[in-house]
Amino acid sequence: MSRAELLSPEGLRIDGRRPAELRKITSTTCVLSQADGSAYLEHGNTKVLAAVYGPREARHRALVLHDRAILNVELNVAPFSTGERRRRSKNDKRLLEMASFVKQTFEPVVIATLYPRSQIDIYLQVIQHDGGTLQACINATTMALIDAGIAMTDYVCACTAGWVEREAAIDLNYIEESSDTSEVTIAMLPKSSKITLTQMESRLHVDKLEEVFRLAGEGCKQMYEVMDKTIRDRAEDLARKMAV
Amino acid sequence: MELDGDHEDGADGSGVKDSSLHVVTPGEVITNDTAFMRGHGTYIENEKVVSSVAGVVDRVNKLISVRPLHTRYTGEIGDVVVGRITEVAQKRWKVDVSARQDAILMLSSINLPGGVQRRKQESDELQMRSFFMEGDLVVAEVQAFFGDGAYSLHTRSLKYGKLRNGSFISVPPALVQRCKSHFHSLACGVDVILGLNGYIWVSAHVPQNLDEIDTELVYSNKNKDITPRDRESIARVGNCIRALADEFIFINDTIISFAYE
Repeated sequence: MSRAELLSPEGLRIDGRRPAELRKITSTTCVLSQADGSAYLEHGNTKVLAAVYGPREARHRALVLHDRAILNVELNVAPFSTGERRRRSKNDKRLLEMASFVKQTFEPVVIATLYPRSQIDIYLQVIQHDGGTLQACINATTMALIDAGIAMTDYVCACTAGWVEREAAIDLNYIEESSDTSEVTIAMLPKSSKITLTQMESRLHVDKLEEVFRLAGEGCKQMYEVMDKTIRDRAEDLARKMAV
Repeated sequence: MELDGDHEDGADGSGVKDSSLHVVTPGEVITNDTAFMRGHGTYIENEKVVSSVAGVVDRVNKLISVRPLHTRYTGEIGDVVVGRITEVAQKRWKVDVSARQDAILMLSSINLPGGVQRRKQESDELQMRSFFMEGDLVVAEVQAFFGDGAYSLHTRSLKYGKLRNGSFISVPPALVQRCKSHFHSLACGVDVILGLNGYIWVSAHVPQNLDEIDTELVYSNKNKDITPRDRESIARVGNCIRALADEFIFINDTIISFAYE
């Protein structure tokens, strides 16, 4: 398999983007009528569906906390989501790990003390996987939680960034991820610039760290603009309908 | 009159809806003024009142709160709710009312068959399933709150109790307004019970004469025979309610009759 050139001499990436450019983002909320909140998010070709149920009666009495809600995240990747059809079991270690990342990302942000003795369930479904699944899951969860009316201190915006050949780039797609680039995912609260999740599995030279992080931060701010616009449009639309 | 005003109650009191809707999203600062107290849907950070949900700002004098647009049912004492029994426990039933926690219906809060004033006996506790089983629908009133926020329900009136002869519809709780009565009888021969938690029961009309209600049959599980014409009316009313809910229109009996025509 010939190694594709990840960064052209003009500075364009393999899909024609500039290094600091995000993919096209499409987002909708309230896609599932049965869930309390739901969102569908697309980062280019990566498509994720998030459903939030709650706060509702906890399933396992033993896990109930008397003063706050517990967060439960389940991640499911469809077998047709990658290039090769592969069925993943529910207890796949990788999926459980990603689900626990999402849970840890939201635990400090959701004001769980408002909902004692209840449970908030977050179900994520990856429909198409083209790089940046964790960032898409986190962003979709944010929108679904807001759609469900669950109190949060701020949005959580996530963005991947990495070092592609000679430059730092954000929002890596599948081809860039699977080749020799180092990739870091950052989840940030845009208002205070506080970071709730940093995740990296590869190796990154410390000299490049600052640039990559800075670019990821800017990517998160851009994500925030897009997500906020969707939520605000929908909220205004609903508010106008219900005020009639 | 609606208790939680769905127009911003500003100082001008004009209640003009469209232009004065202040929509906020989580993390957005509502005001820097420290004179305001914070209400639901907000939190204080660095002396600023910040919104924690996406919704419309409600300002009543010095209290600022944000009403989220989709939320679970939060009830007051005296609310009429429709719920589904999820569990039969020791001397109580757990009822799903689409709230944060299941509501509780105590054995001491129901009317026992054989007379309204009949005393509870040991044998009643052992045959709780003969009154309500898992999956039954009940209409009840919120009596009190438990310490952790769960509602305590009661059916101590002949108009409350087990529901039969109809079908169940679920709508967002915000669309059901509080009014004088939640039991409506429509002109087409259909009864509608609007639970404030968004659960609605549409059933065939049963002529209710409170003096003659047979208390033995209050907990029966048998539906009466319903004619196809009645079934069609029930289904049609159900569809009207679903259509109204899809368009986010408030639901009450006048608007259901209007939609039905």
